[in-house]
Amino acid sequence: MSQLSWLPASQDPSADLKAARSLADAEAKLAAAIRLSGFDRDFLVTERIDKLATAAMNAGAQGALTPVRLAVLASHTVEHLAPGIRVAGFNRKLALEVHFTPYGLYRQSILGEDADLAAFNPQLILFALDGSTLPCDLPIGAPETEVETAITRWIDDLRHLWRGARSKFACQVIQQSFLSDTPALFGNFEGLAPASSGSILDRTNAALRQAAREENVLILDIAWQMPASVDGIPVLDPVRWHHAKQLIHPALAPLYGDLVARVVAASVGLSRKCLVLDLDNTLWGGVIGDDGLEGIRLGQGDAEGEAFLAFQRYVARLGQRGVMLAVCSKNTAEVAEAAFAQHPEMALKRDEIACFVCNWNDKAGNIRKIARTLNIGIDSLVFVDDNPAERAIVRRELPDVAVPELPEDPAYYPQCMASAGYFEAVSFTAEDAARGRAYAMNAQRAAALEQSTDMEGYLKSLEMVMLARPIDKADLARSSQLINKSNQFNLTTRRRTEAELNALLSEERVVSLCVRLADRFGDNGLISVILARSDRVWSEDVLLIDTWLMSCRVLGRGVEAATLHVLAQQAEALGARALIGEYRPTAKNGLVKQHYSKLGFLPISPPEGAALDATFWRYELGGTLPEHFIRITDAVHA
Amino acid sequence: MPEPEIYKELTEVFRSVFDEDKIVIGPETTAADIPGWDSAIHLQLILATEMHFNLRFRTAEFEFLKNVGDFVALIQGKLAKR
Repeated sequence: MSQLSWLPASQDPSADLKAARSLADAEAKLAAAIRLSGFDRDFLVTERIDKLATAAMNAGAQGALTPVRLAVLASHTVEHLAPGIRVAGFNRKLALEVHFTPYGLYRQSILGEDADLAAFNPQLILFALDGSTLPCDLPIGAPETEVETAITRWIDDLRHLWRGARSKFACQVIQQSFLSDTPALFGNFEGLAPASSGSILDRTNAALRQAAREENVLILDIAWQMPASVDGIPVLDPVRWHHAKQLIHPALAPLYGDLVARVVAASVGLSRKCLVLDLDNTLWGGVIGDDGLEGIRLGQGDAEGEAFLAFQRYVARLGQRGVMLAVCSKNTAEVAEAAFAQHPEMALKRDEIACFVCNWNDKAGNIRKIARTLNIGIDSLVFVDDNPAERAIVRRELPDVAVPELPEDPAYYPQCMASAGYFEAVSFTAEDAARGRAYAMNAQRAAALEQSTDMEGYLKSLEMVMLARPIDKADLARSSQLINKSNQFNLTTRRRTEAELNALLSEERVVSLCVRLADRFGDNGLISVILARSDRVWSEDVLLIDTWLMSCRVLGRGVEAATLHVLAQQAEALGARALIGEYRPTAKNGLVKQHYSKLGFLPISPPEGAALDATFWRYELGGTLPEHFIRITDAVHA
Repeated sequence: MPEPEIYKELTEVFRSVFDEDKIVIGPETTAADIPGWDSAIHLQLILATEMHFNLRFRTAEFEFLKNVGDFVALIQGKLAKR
């Protein structure tokens, strides 16, 4: 087992690096580095990819990466982990700029003055502390209450740092959990002695997670996510600690870096959203077309069948936490459907699959179709297939799709998915849990549309109710989640962390709306976020629509027009005479190019300093608003 | 492992760590001879050597190396003990 075992192995990394270095064009060089970041790699190859990419970026290359500034404030040496973090970032579409504050000065950097950190202006701050900072200096005989008090006080101190970091930089805070770096004093009794290092560490980590949830801090949970050793290399090596105060073994920098990168990626909305599954030998053993319903291995009574069942259960649980599930298999559709309908041991239910594609066409084409049907970007997909040849084709045809190197034994499938960290979350809301059902409801709506003869009749028959109200504390997490992951119906694609959003909401002339939509088939949950504010580029009597985004699952239902009604009303209440719309084109938001024109906005010339290619639109308030068929309410309904 | 072979393999390790294909090392080579050989690179060099030859240096062995000749002798000694 290697440390990035879900990534495919590279044949000859040295030759690949050499070829990449000889490329003249900086963008081509960076593209090669990004490609190499997607292979399983040791610390040395990772260092070399980092050098290659750094050279390319210094020469002006940018790649299709999201730039993010991450400051690491540590109690120990972390500089050796930077290449691991940056290169893992490339594989998750991030251009991570990593800043380290001086060793051990994490407290002063936040509570005192740190001009370098201020100049760096971090969007994320990671606090990486080691066990020596814990309140472990209690007498070994200290009673439980004393230990609890010491830990609570220590956590309060940390909360103070988190809040300081947030108020100073409006950044997202990430706290690293603690690794057990002290050998047990009591052996098996360690956890029964309240003041032992083991007890204190365990209690601290639990208290840390609780505090993080309360403070909207994310956890880099190395205590749970890092194995104790990989390939005989211990994560914690006292030799490295005594030499250079390195907490994490330098050889494991690629794994640690990936853990950091996946949390950062999640916080800017770059987690994967959908799991696309092959069927034969992926969800059950055998080939259903050949072996028949009775012949496939699934469920009790057969060791391999139980392993497949365990994987199905894991996948079903992913679906329940909001990961979309799809099937892409070379099979006759009826035969595959029959397995779901009739096999008694299937843990995964047909109505949990948002998109079911079974035919004999090539998988790359089918995967594109799945992304289109579900209205998500191709880079939101993970494709799981036991067949190495299919994996290789999909990797070649669709490099943006994540394709884990599935172990040969199905018993290890769940572990493989978990270690790959594709679906990291920054929050977990009731809507996430309801998403699977939402897709099933959409299928019913589509059926209703087919039955109805005219669009207006169809829209009326949906009995839509829209709830639009200013974003308050309770909506903050979900709103920022939507801001960070909406790509297609997103006029400006401005990403904001929860903290940044909160800061913006406290400005004086701001209209913020979070919009929910329900209809007779069910609640669609939060579907749109709008932020409009005064901007000094524009005169005081207009509001600039800084952000307008909407979930694609409610497209074509007149939600935009109904939303404009609310927005106009709120803007007028602030004394505005007009709204200014801005459209900033990206690779993914072509859908909304004519959004403002459709709503009756008129094109105007862009102001000085506007983003390249951006178009601007003006809407005079007080006139007739576009028609819609949605009942608008600002009351919270049950 | 014969000494020339250790030099040959160690050269590969040096080239990977310094990301430079033209590096040549000999018994008298010291940190002063190779640009960029600082304390951070030194730790990487130790680690890359450990991983390449599948051996472990002791805490005390990290620093007291005069030149590459000493280093090779240390490696040879460890390999011989296996």
